[in-house]
Amino acid sequence: MNLDFSDDQKALQAQVRRFLAEKCPPAVPRAVAEGAAPYDRDLYRGLAELGVLGLAIPEAYGGMGLSHLELCLAAEELGRALAPAPVSSSIYLVAEALLQAGSDRQKAAWLPRLAAGEAVGAFALVEGPGRAAPGKVRATVEGGRLTGTKWPVADGDSADIAVVAARAGAAGPLSLYLVDLTGAGVAREALTTIDPTRSHARLVFDGAAAEPLGEAGSGWEIAEQVLDRAAVLMAFEQLGGADRALEMARDYALERMAFGRPIGSFQAIKHMLADMYVSAALARSNGYYGAWALATGAAELPVAAATARVSATQAFQHCARNNIQVHGGMGFTWAFDCHLFYRRANALALALGSQSSWEDKLIARMSRANTVAA
Amino acid sequence: MDFDDTPEEAAFRARARAWIDANAPKHLEPELKRAGFASTGVQSEDPLAASKAWQKKKAEAGWACLHWPKEYGGGGYSPMERVIWGQEEGVYGVLSSPFIIGHGMCGPTVMAWAAEDQKRRLLPPLASGEEIWCQLFSEPAGGSDLAGLRTRAVRAEDGSGDWIITGQKIWTSGAQRSQWGLLIARTDPDAPKHKGLTMFFLSMSSPGVEVRPIKQANGESGFNEVFFDGVRIPDAQRLGAVGQGWEVSLTTLMNERLSIGSGMSTGFPELFRFCLEAEIDGEPAINDAAVRSRLAQFAVRQSGLKYTGMRAITALSKGEIPGPENSIGKLVAGSTMQELAMFALDLQGQAGVVQDADSPHNARFQAMLLRSPATRIEGGSDEILRNIIAERVLGLPGDIRVDKNVPFKDIPTSGGRKT
Repeated sequence: MNLDFSDDQKALQAQVRRFLAEKCPPAVPRAVAEGAAPYDRDLYRGLAELGVLGLAIPEAYGGMGLSHLELCLAAEELGRALAPAPVSSSIYLVAEALLQAGSDRQKAAWLPRLAAGEAVGAFALVEGPGRAAPGKVRATVEGGRLTGTKWPVADGDSADIAVVAARAGAAGPLSLYLVDLTGAGVAREALTTIDPTRSHARLVFDGAAAEPLGEAGSGWEIAEQVLDRAAVLMAFEQLGGADRALEMARDYALERMAFGRPIGSFQAIKHMLADMYVSAALARSNGYYGAWALATGAAELPVAAATARVSATQAFQHCARNNIQVHGGMGFTWAFDCHLFYRRANALALALGSQSSWEDKLIARMSRANTVAA
Repeated sequence: MDFDDTPEEAAFRARARAWIDANAPKHLEPELKRAGFASTGVQSEDPLAASKAWQKKKAEAGWACLHWPKEYGGGGYSPMERVIWGQEEGVYGVLSSPFIIGHGMCGPTVMAWAAEDQKRRLLPPLASGEEIWCQLFSEPAGGSDLAGLRTRAVRAEDGSGDWIITGQKIWTSGAQRSQWGLLIARTDPDAPKHKGLTMFFLSMSSPGVEVRPIKQANGESGFNEVFFDGVRIPDAQRLGAVGQGWEVSLTTLMNERLSIGSGMSTGFPELFRFCLEAEIDGEPAINDAAVRSRLAQFAVRQSGLKYTGMRAITALSKGEIPGPENSIGKLVAGSTMQELAMFALDLQGQAGVVQDADSPHNARFQAMLLRSPATRIEGGSDEILRNIIAERVLGLPGDIRVDKNVPFKDIPTSGGRKT
């Protein structure tokens, strides 16, 4: 038994960490938060050149042909650095959707461009507030033309292509479609969100050209599979963010003096940090379980993905909010980076569906499989 | 990354499985499966005799204390093989509960600090379950603050070099059935508290030793008080130097952390099964959204502990020593068990108050509710474990100590001094 990454995989992670330390210091997500650009293009190009975007994409489609284990570790680093780049939309979601359901032609057309960072993808499933469900999808495709509104769509304002869930006619079967966002019939509007380091948009389709992705009528099943895969990858981003927030809090607790001693010597602070460590450690172990299931294609993937997701969401939210608490008043200033982690933690907690929806999925799947994690 | 055995591990597993299949006390299996909380569940025969019989059988075939050297009664196997054995032993491992303290803590301390002839005499019967050991550490005035203990050891005045022990220990699991005890006592009250301690072992049938069971808050009596009234211990039964007791005790506590892979139970699998059976408004409870949310939170803690254990086993198999990060196991399991028991009773409605044979799952959750406060205290309280994580994993400073460099006798106390 070996529940760990290999030395080669860890070396690759260290390489990504060094790259991000240089190219994505905290000033970089901050600049995106304060500026007008939807993401940092230099950073994204650099990630593509380093091969990060194509890690799990087969060589035949312009990728590195490595496994999802490597991509998990890269995701952890992107999360640590709060990378303001559309990796999750383009790679975890759209590239995975193409790999799961795309035709050879679709894969050949888009995967090399996604891997090279020449094109950005967005995943357009939900249509406004409330828990995602097949019955809530109202967008329709008739005669190859898509009509409807999707929001929020992460990276929708900058993406070149979208995977869109829609019905064939008002009451027709739910399918996924590929839509070229640079074509006619697409209007986009950037949205203000709780995390301005990552852009979101409202996409209004009015007769945009749409081609089917995957089997007609199986749109929800494919979307769920893609979301599970993305959940494991995003869990690693969350782990990276949680660890970094814990480190920031720890470092501050060592350096900040009050009542004549470092605040980290007070048990109220120590125990808060210990609890953050526990959350992060449990989430890491659950993440490894998810990574194993994702990389091996295990039948347990739906349970493992939901486990990794629920645990990582809890850990990042916990560490990010207590990081502010440990920093005290300084933690609530715009100048300190604490709020960037808090914003990202709470945005990622919603990105693939809310925590309560993943809790529900986890238990539904466990009772279906009757796999009790004994 | 995989959950597969290496060929060598697979061969070992097959050998262990075949021996267990041929030798395990299968007639006890139904009882062991119903094992109540914190007992082996054996009722059809003397439970201690049943435990000793299985342990002796294992020892004779070389399957006791797998990772101990053979000359001390162990199996000479690797830590990984010990983990595999535990997986294969399964429900029969419950029978080992009377030996956990001896095998997990006293044995390794004796192995590290006793003279060679003592090790060869004491360890084999400890491994085979013929002799049971208890750990005489905690005191009424020294629990979390173990080094505050006051049981005195003074040299006998007859020039024999023997030690005379006077004082009281408490929370001693299994003292009533133990032949031997590992005892830490104060030899120098003028030294700072951590420096005036010395470790000994003694026969529990020594004159002047009195064991009194404690009636616990849950009505059971697993723990004891142990009184020492002028008990004589030969100097040869000292472990480590005079004044080195604290260091010796750290061996014991470190080995507690090495006892990984067994995995702390949280009661989650049982709760999950209960939620499949129980009903809310005529529907299985598990279909209720609020139930699912709570269950999911318990599920990820249970799973996080399980895979944390597997990561520790992975580190162990690569020759790394598991560190203080493994303190999270009991910290998470203890409070999870308590919250989970409360939730299971809530699902039983007003009948949740009933603790008898009619209660679901033989009143397991009621027993868990009443036992779980102890889990959060014994073997390092939640607060001590958080300190360990904060100081030894995260590198935060220790608390400001008013007792560190002061002679022990000058440290203020909450009660009357007994030294």
